[in-house]
Amino acid sequence: MALDVQNGDTSAVSVLEESLAQIRSRNEELNVFLYVDEEGARAAASAVDERVARGENVGTLAGVPVALKDNLCQTNIPTTCSSKILEGWRPPYNATVVDRLLAAGAVPVGKTNLDEFAMGSSTENSAFGPTRNPHNTSRVPGGSSGGSAAAVAADMTPLALGSDTGGSIRQPAALCGLIGVKPSYGLVSRYGLIAFASSLDQIGPLTKTVSDAAIALEAIAGHDPLDSTSLPEPSPSLVAHVEDGVAGKRIGVVRELIDGADADVVASVERAVEVLKEAGATIVELSVPEFRLGLSAYYLIAPAEASSNLARFDGVRYGLRVKADDVTAMMEATRTAGFGEEVKRRIMLGTYALSAGYYDAYYGQALKVRTLTIDAFRRAYREADLLLGATTPSVAFEFGSKTADPMAMYLSDVFTIPSNLSGEPAISVPFGTGEAGLPIGVQLLGPGRSEAQLFAGARVLEIADGRP
Amino acid sequence: MSLPDGWEMVVGLEVHTELKTNTKMFCGCTNTFGAAPNTNVCPICLGLPGSLPVLNVRAVELAMAIGTALHSTISPSTFHRKNYFYPDMPKDFQISQYDLPINAGGYLDLPDGSRVSIERAHLEEDTGKSTHLGGSGRIHDADRSLVDYNRSGVPLVEIVSGPDIRSSAQARTYAAELRGILIATGASDGRMEEGSMRIDANVSVRRTGEPFGTRCEIKNLNSLRSLVRAIDFEAARQVELIEGGATVRQETRHWDENLGSTSTMRVKEEADDYRYFREPDLVDLVPDQAWQDRVRDGLKPMPAERRAVLTRRLGDPAPALLDALEVVIDLGLDSFVIAALDAGVEPDLAMARAANEIASDLDGLVNLSVESYVATLLMEQSSELSATQSKTVLAEILANGGEPTSVAASKGFERLASGALGEVVAQLIDDHPDEWSRYRSGDEKLAQFFIGRVMKLTNGQANGKEVIAELQARR
Repeated sequence: MALDVQNGDTSAVSVLEESLAQIRSRNEELNVFLYVDEEGARAAASAVDERVARGENVGTLAGVPVALKDNLCQTNIPTTCSSKILEGWRPPYNATVVDRLLAAGAVPVGKTNLDEFAMGSSTENSAFGPTRNPHNTSRVPGGSSGGSAAAVAADMTPLALGSDTGGSIRQPAALCGLIGVKPSYGLVSRYGLIAFASSLDQIGPLTKTVSDAAIALEAIAGHDPLDSTSLPEPSPSLVAHVEDGVAGKRIGVVRELIDGADADVVASVERAVEVLKEAGATIVELSVPEFRLGLSAYYLIAPAEASSNLARFDGVRYGLRVKADDVTAMMEATRTAGFGEEVKRRIMLGTYALSAGYYDAYYGQALKVRTLTIDAFRRAYREADLLLGATTPSVAFEFGSKTADPMAMYLSDVFTIPSNLSGEPAISVPFGTGEAGLPIGVQLLGPGRSEAQLFAGARVLEIADGRP
Repeated sequence: MSLPDGWEMVVGLEVHTELKTNTKMFCGCTNTFGAAPNTNVCPICLGLPGSLPVLNVRAVELAMAIGTALHSTISPSTFHRKNYFYPDMPKDFQISQYDLPINAGGYLDLPDGSRVSIERAHLEEDTGKSTHLGGSGRIHDADRSLVDYNRSGVPLVEIVSGPDIRSSAQARTYAAELRGILIATGASDGRMEEGSMRIDANVSVRRTGEPFGTRCEIKNLNSLRSLVRAIDFEAARQVELIEGGATVRQETRHWDENLGSTSTMRVKEEADDYRYFREPDLVDLVPDQAWQDRVRDGLKPMPAERRAVLTRRLGDPAPALLDALEVVIDLGLDSFVIAALDAGVEPDLAMARAANEIASDLDGLVNLSVESYVATLLMEQSSELSATQSKTVLAEILANGGEPTSVAASKGFERLASGALGEVVAQLIDDHPDEWSRYRSGDEKLAQFFIGRVMKLTNGQANGKEVIAELQARR
């Protein structure tokens, strides 16, 4: 698409108008966008067309409409994190990824729904209502980047950015039949991403094709002096390696990333193994028992960091303020009214885990498990170049089926969490369909900065799945 | 003030000093005092959602300079979040250092010969500043509170002493010596009145020889005078409590400068659990040896060393000079004095003009070179300038710059042309024959009469000694 815009075969404005029309026709039903910036998007698209007319090379995303998860800051565009506590707040600055998208010629069209502060796996925790899965509107799109996934799955935009703290890009990508990438920690700047759990959060793309994901990640990756945890290297070469294949690669099939998944999901993973073997990869059966501990460690580390990251929403400076007699009462009333149930649950969990007397037993212990997980990955990568497993235990589930039981919901992330704990990259690729004809995602995992190999592996599966 | 016989106070000080960096600790906002409220802020120091901190390398260097001067061990360190809710703290946590501070251990030798141990000197960010309107001016009964975030994110070093201080006088000496070190390292301007150095005092009392008693922490003392008064009040309060059969409760106390007393802020049981954990938005701070060496090599001499050098140059200074000596060392003016001594200026004069004239306009120091100081004092010593004129010349240079000779000329402080004084004196003798004859017959008091008349006629440009010489020559 960017090539067509750059070549003058189509215009950024007409591409945008198609995108806006699709949003208009389906947004009410699906509840994908919380805000659509038609005026800003038209201005950006016209600017791209003018640059093309002047013969300039606009960039790898020339005229590509992009949806932004509503925890990414864009100057003067309402940013809510799907929380009442931020309603009405407009950031005075762009996230680094937004600047980089603009620099590559992309056209941001609006902000997508998410589980409040990215806490959830179904987008049901949004203060502004759930998003529906475009493949079946009685099912969830996954979460927390459910709005971003639905935007791409419903052909509203060809590209969306999400954030992945425990699977929040890969799980909705799997449930909506998309490519979803969780990059290496530090590959993409977090500046301007409203933090959920800083040591786990990474921004990444959701797209329909592997090569689109590679183009998008190349555009947003690379060192950013505004993020101290940003890797020092410039953006890696990814697009050039998409067709590299997997011949000669050792691929580890990890039992703990499959066990417990529904039969249709397991069947897809098994077929993926066959496809990779046929493409010349060596298959290694692996067991990494430490991955089973990941979920409990994650549900201490992430809430602990969140309890601190979300402290600033106190009614003093921006967002919601509920009046009360004194400042302490005002903060309490504001936070009580502004945060939803799941956010409160995690703040309390995290506060408890960090408290004097409990720190060692909970947070301290979780950090040790995190170290164990990192070591376990390191051992696994001695035997395999990439790992393979399911992205999620099941296809998209019905609304309300897991909301009453937080643990059941948390288990949706059991296969995706290990990569967040280790800070290593993983990609979810649609591969076959399961129950009710819904998409299934399989997951490829790799060591730090192995994105190029992951894209190559994902491309092999994409071709075999009938998308040459 | 001293405690009743048999009692001893035990004091440890936590000194917070703002670092004199160009920019704040984690963002590019300028680090200045006195700007209009909330004009010196950005998404980072306002803790806006999505913003991230990036450590200021200069703040690290100044912290290392302080640690080096205090004989601390510079160690690989980490940043932690100290979590508590307060309106002037935009993120509702403070980025500080916890179990691994940049400077661990150390000591400070005081001019009185005592040594106070240093437990740590760590980096942290300052908070904003609240102003509470209505009520007593404190938050609990205010009608309204205003918050200024200009100070938010200003880099601080907190220097924690061991519980080694035994009197308010020693506490004062420690704070003053530390202030001198902070100025000498370039880390701070030491201006307590602007809050760039603030002190918390941990005070307990015990009967001599017994174990430490329960301590109270007095917060935010911002002058040496407050420090001394607060410690003395608090120690006496605790002795009175214990002698009355009560016990001291561990608590944080507030010092009221007007009332001259401390009062409870919060008791220990209510104290916050700060839920410290590693700041995930920053990486570990590991200054390599080469960097540490560069900081050490860049350090200028510390007050103790400079005090020793100046004392030696003054040659057993008269008691009257000791106060001036402390001022000169404290403000780092000894290079001026020593240059003057090298040029042959008398010690009293070399010290006085620095401790009084320069000290009263420190902002003007940028305008005054050591050479100009020496030249002005030499003009005064050779009677080319009177004492008053010399002070005026220095004040003018401090205020507006310039060279001593041209400044003196522009003020009309030129020496009278040779012969001119003689003419003036001769004329006066003619005009006042009675006074002259009384002077000639030995009434020395009349010399003052003539000097006064000469000064009036010459606009103060004449020199008293030269007038007397002229009178003597005609006697």
